[in-house]
Amino acid sequence: MLNKQNLGIKRIGLSLYLLFALLPIYWMVNMSFKTNNEIVSSFTLLPLNFTWDNYITIFTDPSWYMGYVNSLIYVAMNTVISLSVALPAAYAFSRYRFIGDKHVFFWLLTNRMTPPAVFLLPFFQLYTTAGLMDTHIAVALAHLIFNVPLAVWILEGFMSGIPREIDETAYVDGYSFPKFFVRIFLPLIKAGVGVAAFFCFMFSWVELLLARTLTSVDAKPIVATMTRTVSASGMDWATLAAAGVLTIIPGAIVIWFVRNYIAKGFAMGRV
Amino acid sequence: MMQKPYNNAAWWLILPVLICVAFSSILPLMTVVNYSVQDIISPDRRVFVGTEWFVETMRDSELHSALWRQIKFSFWVLAIEIPLGIAIALCMPVTGWRASATLVVVALSLLIPWNVVGTIWQIFGRSDIGLLGASLLYLGIDYSYTSNPLHAWLTVLIMDVWHWTPLVALLAYAGLRSIPDAYYHAAQIDGASKWAVFRYIQLPKMQSVLVIGVLLRLMDSFMIYTEPFVLTGGGPGNSTTFLSQYLTQKAVGQFDLGPAAAFSLVYFLIILLMCYVLYNWMQNTGAANKDSQHA
Repeated sequence: MLNKQNLGIKRIGLSLYLLFALLPIYWMVNMSFKTNNEIVSSFTLLPLNFTWDNYITIFTDPSWYMGYVNSLIYVAMNTVISLSVALPAAYAFSRYRFIGDKHVFFWLLTNRMTPPAVFLLPFFQLYTTAGLMDTHIAVALAHLIFNVPLAVWILEGFMSGIPREIDETAYVDGYSFPKFFVRIFLPLIKAGVGVAAFFCFMFSWVELLLARTLTSVDAKPIVATMTRTVSASGMDWATLAAAGVLTIIPGAIVIWFVRNYIAKGFAMGRV
Repeated sequence: MMQKPYNNAAWWLILPVLICVAFSSILPLMTVVNYSVQDIISPDRRVFVGTEWFVETMRDSELHSALWRQIKFSFWVLAIEIPLGIAIALCMPVTGWRASATLVVVALSLLIPWNVVGTIWQIFGRSDIGLLGASLLYLGIDYSYTSNPLHAWLTVLIMDVWHWTPLVALLAYAGLRSIPDAYYHAAQIDGASKWAVFRYIQLPKMQSVLVIGVLLRLMDSFMIYTEPFVLTGGGPGNSTTFLSQYLTQKAVGQFDLGPAAAFSLVYFLIILLMCYVLYNWMQNTGAANKDSQHA
């Protein structure tokens, strides 16, 4: 009996939170189907003059929809690079002790703490010198600074949950290190890889300052394209809201794919 | 538990990470250090000034008040988001379509670009055309985030709670799922209370993910920029001017590269110090916990 009552309280608490989480998003979706005039002049829970115009604007104007393409390209590059360099490093941190290991681990974390505002100019100079301005790889590389430490951190946690006996048994069975890593170890920590991939995707997808500074035309990301809805003639709220709704979709698809990794498959020890 | 073997060859495995991060981290950091000890009058005229900018930064009373506002803000961010995130994780369904649906809904706010978050809340909070503002007005609260400093501060805080609690919830949820059923069975046999299960099983098992969650939220809330910039522009007055805002005003607004560089180094060291203290404290608490369990 007690359990049922508890479940009821849990459901109510969770529902209240989900309501709180969804209200601003509902408002954004609501705005995206309104005209600008309606948004600024009246308070309406549902659009009075329902319109698809804002979405049509985005899907017919290359300078808008290419923003999504550009963002997806550099986010994908960043996620792949982050994971491929973080995997061996996380393995090293979880399996071995070596000179300076703890210091290096903490130093990696400190890279997430650099305030972006003033590092913009050095970044700009560095990437101009390297001839990488306005390319997708520039943004992908710049975002490594906060994604690689996070990926190493998360993956190290998952790897430490796998008993070391598994490694040793594999070596006794004659597996080479690369073969063991790909065939045996990776499947064991695929949950961690899923979670790390989601976080890398998410942080790179929503970052604005660096992405905007390092691009101008060819690789301009959607987050930067959106800022042009602010103009002298006033805000284009409706198009911004529609663009905002569309930015959620790729991430929602990613989380749908990794949801099972987050929900289960953590049976091995600590995360 | 076996000791980890000592092997310096492991450096080869972390080398790719070092190269990637160093490219984007050490060179820019050195540039900033370089600026911080010079007076840059024009691109080709610069004078070495030593620690002058650092002294100036440390004595800047506006910086002190921005730092104090920042510490209060980050404190409340952690005080609300960590317990709330854990509570949500405990309430989330474990299996079935409900679990998947809840996960996706919870994660939605994380996926919205930060400038859009600010813009949406800008409308959402207006009492004439926004849902939040209008509801508060209906309840008889004279709410205005543009003219009342306290309302502005609370709006930024609630926006941050809305935006970032899911991060803590997702991490805590992943941590909870890693606890084998055997632990719960043992607790049931012992007749442990709900609180005892939480305190002695769930919380210690979530420790490593909570360390990640707390540190991430601390760092990121200390660097919060885009959302309050769009929502309130740091105002009214300077009630929501946090450190990044103030730094950007200096760096971009007044174009004082030297002082701004010194400022950002001091800023960086403050975050570093706080994270270091917190990191060690959480690691030690965790270790102490484990010892008491084995005893």
